[in-house]
Amino acid sequence: MSVYIDHAATTPLRPEARDAALAEWELTGNPASIHAAGQAARTRLESARERLAAVLGCDPIEVVLTSGGTESINAALKGFFWQRNAVSAAPVVVVPEGEHHATLDTVDWLAQRAGARPVLVPLARDGAVPVDAVARALGAEPGRVAWVSVIWVNNEVGTVSDIDAIARLCAQRGVPLHVDAVAAGGLALDFAERRRRTGSRDGAGLVAVSVSAHKVGGPVGVGALVLSRDVAPEALLHGGGQQRRLRSGTQDVAAAAAFAAAAEAAARDAASESARLRSLRDRLIAGARRLVPGVRVNGAVGEGHDATASDAIAHLSFPGCEADSLLFLLDMAGVQVSTGSACQAGVPEPSHVLRAMGRSESETRGALRLSLGWTSSEADVDAFLAALPEAHARAVAAGLSDRVVAGRGPAPGWVTDDAGAEGT
Amino acid sequence: MSGGVDSAVAAARAVEAGHEVVGVHLALSRMPGTLRTGSRGCCTIEDSMDAQRAATVIGIPYYVWDFSERFKLDVVDDFISEYSAGRTPNPCMRCNEKIKFAALLEKALALGFDAVCTGHYATIVEDADGRPELHRASAWAKDQSYVLGVLTEEQLRHTLFPLGDTPSKDLVRAEAAERGLSVAAKPDSYDICFIPDGDTRGWLADRVGAEPGEIVDRSGAVVGSHDGAHAYTVGQRRGLNLGVPAPDGRPRFVLEVKPRTNQLVVGPKAALAVAEIAGTRMSWAGPERSEGETFDCEVQIRAHADPVPATAVLMRGTEGTEWIVRPATPLDGVAPGQTAVVYDGTRVVGQFTIARTVSAVPVDA
Repeated sequence: MSVYIDHAATTPLRPEARDAALAEWELTGNPASIHAAGQAARTRLESARERLAAVLGCDPIEVVLTSGGTESINAALKGFFWQRNAVSAAPVVVVPEGEHHATLDTVDWLAQRAGARPVLVPLARDGAVPVDAVARALGAEPGRVAWVSVIWVNNEVGTVSDIDAIARLCAQRGVPLHVDAVAAGGLALDFAERRRRTGSRDGAGLVAVSVSAHKVGGPVGVGALVLSRDVAPEALLHGGGQQRRLRSGTQDVAAAAAFAAAAEAAARDAASESARLRSLRDRLIAGARRLVPGVRVNGAVGEGHDATASDAIAHLSFPGCEADSLLFLLDMAGVQVSTGSACQAGVPEPSHVLRAMGRSESETRGALRLSLGWTSSEADVDAFLAALPEAHARAVAAGLSDRVVAGRGPAPGWVTDDAGAEGT
Repeated sequence: MSGGVDSAVAAARAVEAGHEVVGVHLALSRMPGTLRTGSRGCCTIEDSMDAQRAATVIGIPYYVWDFSERFKLDVVDDFISEYSAGRTPNPCMRCNEKIKFAALLEKALALGFDAVCTGHYATIVEDADGRPELHRASAWAKDQSYVLGVLTEEQLRHTLFPLGDTPSKDLVRAEAAERGLSVAAKPDSYDICFIPDGDTRGWLADRVGAEPGEIVDRSGAVVGSHDGAHAYTVGQRRGLNLGVPAPDGRPRFVLEVKPRTNQLVVGPKAALAVAEIAGTRMSWAGPERSEGETFDCEVQIRAHADPVPATAVLMRGTEGTEWIVRPATPLDGVAPGQTAVVYDGTRVVGQFTIARTVSAVPVDA
């Protein structure tokens, strides 16, 4: 028996996506070739791009296909920084502390190598990005902010931040906003409509969104940067000049077709899946609370939160144990879960997201992320709940190691906005 | 599983012996390097990937357990403070004592495992009463019973050394190749794992600081100066730069490092000879000996030193029971802080940390 409750890491390939890729792999043709085979490939590629654009609510020209979320985020953050600073000095970048490492490490690189001055925004207690703290950060050095980047749905705790309010702020201040929507697979982006209602235009406000195929049932290795037509960041990859000269490299028709098929299936089922996953998530949380007294639910699930929560993620702190012991014991029992993030060597790391939410060290220690997806069932949840009591008891017996959880503090020279920790 | 060939073959043999095996790699550094350098055998991302690959080839689950904080406190910081105090510690031994057969074993037992199995070269056999005994490995040249001398009977009960009876490391490498393990030809490690470039003195100087001080002879007369006492070890001759020649014109050696006064004591080579070693910090790898009982044994004071026949006795001292060991022939270059492992033939009896020594040569000789 093997139960998979880690869909936020990657979710099984949807049959539609597999069929689309298999069909495409039977065919030959470089979409950039001039002959018939090239034109046919081009047709299939652009058809996939149009279908993706329809799901994302943007124009096809605004879909820049990439190798995935990490590349999209790097292309946006580095590209906008380079482009903006080539005109005049705008070293400030505004980033919430709970972003994915694809963002935080890119920001770190920009700070170390390109003269960026990051202003870090602490999260609210429920994991949301506090809009007023972003406003303060933007107001501190008007005219010197290169961009703002915000994760829409936090990939660890599942909290959904108010990107419309932040887009509006950015539009007013004339600053471009990039949104990391990699973990927001179940939400409708409505890119053009969202830009309209937030007053985003002329390169300010919402201009770029990173998405990834394998989080919605597509293959690993493909994603997109949704990029409005009024911006032109510097390119990360140079070469044949494909995709608005922003992302050179032979375009992968099979990946695009599979991504489009997965995205369409996810969008088609979004409404019914939302209710189904929320019910599974709540069943899981209620069960965990019943079986392990003192378990704490992190994020915005339940009553009393300003922010909304992802239907697919339950992030729980278990008292008196190390998460890696719990993860190990559940794995031995055939239940696969996550601690949210691991270092390169494979050690579960204390969650920088929980730390950014102001949680104590002990709460970060026993934290597990359980994430549901399109193949999740009640049986999965029940298998987890069946394995939990013994795993927790044993993990408690194994005890807390003497490890001092230092967390990943900001690099020297980073500015932290301490005032925003509680949000409003 | 360090990522080396020994632990990989040990794991494979444990599986074949019918055990239910899980591969565990210890993360001992919070900031591991990416690629293996020199002769370190663990601790980089490449090493953890090698370990994981070996585990998948063997067909066992694999996890990384983080003991970096414990390792820093119990091994790295201990290494620094011991050196600062003028003693010469063995960090591999401390790691076995505090991490591999303590923190790791405790966690494993709590999680439901029965034993820790490693690729060390040593043998555990049961005596007539079923009690475990720790013995030297069949591969004498690779024998690691010295650095395992800190294990107690209780720890030995929960320990497996599947490589102990293999006659040579070459056979282990050949077996690894036969099993399709890509680490078969990986170089041996022999440096201290937390000192990346192998420059122990430079590494210590960065952490301990280097205060210039006096070099004195055994009568206390100043004969030179040094740039930092920690850079010297007992028995060292090079780099003393003595201003005052010895009366007999013969070379002089470091006899003692005195951290409190930041002095080095030097003298003739003959004065390095030690006729007696003693210490109170001890452990037993099996039955304890009683106080007052004198017995014949062999004593080994370094990982790669030859054992020396000796007589041992346990005496009641002011700081508790004290081991006193008198080697049949004087020992050379003994430094406080080193561990003396006491053997009865191939069997490890126990160990103690050398706290004091008695020179074989009187001061005025």
